[in-house]
Amino acid sequence: MKHQEYTLSTHNFEECMKCTVCTAYCPVLQVNPLYPGPKQAGPDGERLRLKDPFFFNVGLKYCLNCKRCEVACPSGVKVADLIQAARIKYDTSPVKWRDRLLASTDFMGSLARPVAPIANAVTGLGITKTMMDAMFKIDHRRTFPKYSGRSFERWMGRHEKEQAAFPEQVAYFHGCYVNYNFPRLGKDLVKVLNALGVGVQLLEKEKCCGVAMISNRMMNEATRNANQNITALTKAVDKGLMVLTTSSTCTLTLRDEYPALLGVDNSGVRDFILMASRFIYERLEKGATLRFKPDYHKKVAYHTPCHMEKLGWGVFSEKLLRTIPGLEFTMLDSACCGIAGTYGFKRENYEASQAIGQPLFDQIKSVNPDVVACDCETCKWQIEMSTGYTVMNPISILAEAIEV
Amino acid sequence: MKFNSVIIGGGLAGLTAGITLQKAGKSTAIISTGQNALHFFSGSFESMEEAPQRIVDLFAEAGIGLHYAPGVRLMPMGTFKKATLSLDDVSLFPDPKIGHKALIVSFTGYHDFFCDFLADGLEKQGIQCRVNMLNLPELEMLEKSPSEMRSVQIARAMDHRWETIVRELRILIRDEDIVVLPQVFGLNDSSILSRIRQSIPAQVVFVGTLPPSVPGIRTQILLKRRYEVLGGTYLIGDQVTGAHVYDNVIHSVVTQNLGNHFLEADNFILATGGFFSKGLKSNPFDISEPIFGLDVEQAEDRNDWYNPEFMREQPYMKYGVATDPTLHAIAGGEPIKNLFAIGSILGGTRTDMGMGGGLALRSALAAADQIIKQAEQ
Repeated sequence: MKHQEYTLSTHNFEECMKCTVCTAYCPVLQVNPLYPGPKQAGPDGERLRLKDPFFFNVGLKYCLNCKRCEVACPSGVKVADLIQAARIKYDTSPVKWRDRLLASTDFMGSLARPVAPIANAVTGLGITKTMMDAMFKIDHRRTFPKYSGRSFERWMGRHEKEQAAFPEQVAYFHGCYVNYNFPRLGKDLVKVLNALGVGVQLLEKEKCCGVAMISNRMMNEATRNANQNITALTKAVDKGLMVLTTSSTCTLTLRDEYPALLGVDNSGVRDFILMASRFIYERLEKGATLRFKPDYHKKVAYHTPCHMEKLGWGVFSEKLLRTIPGLEFTMLDSACCGIAGTYGFKRENYEASQAIGQPLFDQIKSVNPDVVACDCETCKWQIEMSTGYTVMNPISILAEAIEV
Repeated sequence: MKFNSVIIGGGLAGLTAGITLQKAGKSTAIISTGQNALHFFSGSFESMEEAPQRIVDLFAEAGIGLHYAPGVRLMPMGTFKKATLSLDDVSLFPDPKIGHKALIVSFTGYHDFFCDFLADGLEKQGIQCRVNMLNLPELEMLEKSPSEMRSVQIARAMDHRWETIVRELRILIRDEDIVVLPQVFGLNDSSILSRIRQSIPAQVVFVGTLPPSVPGIRTQILLKRRYEVLGGTYLIGDQVTGAHVYDNVIHSVVTQNLGNHFLEADNFILATGGFFSKGLKSNPFDISEPIFGLDVEQAEDRNDWYNPEFMREQPYMKYGVATDPTLHAIAGGEPIKNLFAIGSILGGTRTDMGMGGGLALRSALAAADQIIKQAEQ
């Protein structure tokens, strides 16, 4: 019965029934009338664009690629992929310097890290923010992520031997954020895995996953990074290692965006890339145990990042947090926080970004937790800046709750 | 992961079964592939001729108001259909002569509500009609993107601006005893409906729009919230791709997102819906159930699937998976011992009453009750 499979196009837009369910779940459509909405921007627009690229609508840049349309679609249409692929294919305007700056997380990190205290002080200054707004249209109301003086890779280098001593090994794709901004998360993961008798190694040469480059149409750079990462991942998988991650967006990019948007084949490694929360949950399910602090108490509200929802793995973070004795768990309503990586940093998106996140911010304030838990670094910046609540990765909460 | 019951399908049937089981202390997971038929829900349940207090209570606990009053309801095309149990959004009448004069109101730029059809239908019942389109500054933002001026977008605006509508209506209304409005109110707060009704000096009738259905989405949100508060695990945007079945007993199912992490359970409930939701699939040769390969009742000759007269009742709409009298699904002539089929996948929808919500509720309760009773024995 292959008659139908043969007639399907990329991202199967003709499966769309025009039911408009996606439009009810698009966070952008609720706040920005310039955005044509997922149905119009995706399958409806594709029909027209295939006839004549003239019908490409620049409003597609307002899509924040949260993938909520895809999660909602009853017909399995890859709505967000359609929109992103159309931007890549039809938007031929040169990539702005501002967008290059924001998307080059690896490059910016290696520049800022050696001078972290100065970089942090400077980006925190009002005058810097005003200048960046004036020169690059990076919104001056944004708080910038802080850089760390020591990279995670360097810290791992110093602990290579003791990690290698563990009988069981995994590789860790740490991502730019852990390496340049927040090595503590990487250290927390090492602490938890070590407690389970598992040692951690770095990949041979990890590059930024490239998600920000894809969303800013820097396709050559993104493809170069993807190819390098596939090589590094393949080496780890060939050694029999699982590759763990702590960022839902890096994970989705490595597993799903590489083939869907860059045409980079990841079939040899895809099934070996796992969020650490899933890996640890599965360990505990199979009988491994962690020793929890007897007097631990924390009220935690969990926010499922959009890309975690698309991966379908939020359940592992939730169940993992619920296993911690003394942890009071609240599941926040499924909603986008509005930042979507580099999207919310752009001046033209700032207001929309904050309006999208407002219901989530309100709910967090009404729950009033000790911390918000979330597996995404950009959600963390957005929620911390907009609510004042501290956001921790579930792995860090776990690391805090165990005794070693 | 292991549960007492894994429910495949997160619509009305799946959520009703899930809530009932969670309430009885059974751990469950729901796997939902995209959103469901509640997004097209008209607000009434068919096959509910006996007052089903149990369902009214179950919905009330989720914050959803239902009422039971056998009669007719006004449809979007100006016709009337039989209805019994309905959401409080829907007005039920003893007969189609619902008043003397009606004021039908919609919004400029909104194309998913057909005032003229409604007026035509009501005038056939001897009801004098006047149509008015409101032009609200609150909706100007939506008009910039007319292709997306949809029920839900209007409803979001109305959550904050419904009082403006009330003011406008109070100015507009003359001697009408009926005011007809599209169902674009109370997306997040259904109390708005009763507040509107109390503020207008006539009977306010909310009538269905083209999808998405605002009362349907509200129902989905509230049922899902209730299910999660009861401790249920709702896996959204995932899809069952395979199952491990031995000796007519399902041990676990495989999903697209979870890959080699299988979901194990003692019981499985199949609530994947009909053709639209892909619970049933068809091609030019046969109609099949894609997950377990269940037997599907169907005419052998394809020409007998449908009636060439389009508007007539279509035989294929009654096709569904075969079950034994206790709703155990049948594959290869043998019932699968721990698989219940519920909801629209059963076929036999009452097309005369428009939809399959009643079937979903009754079959969900029947399956959940058996699982709960099993455990007691």
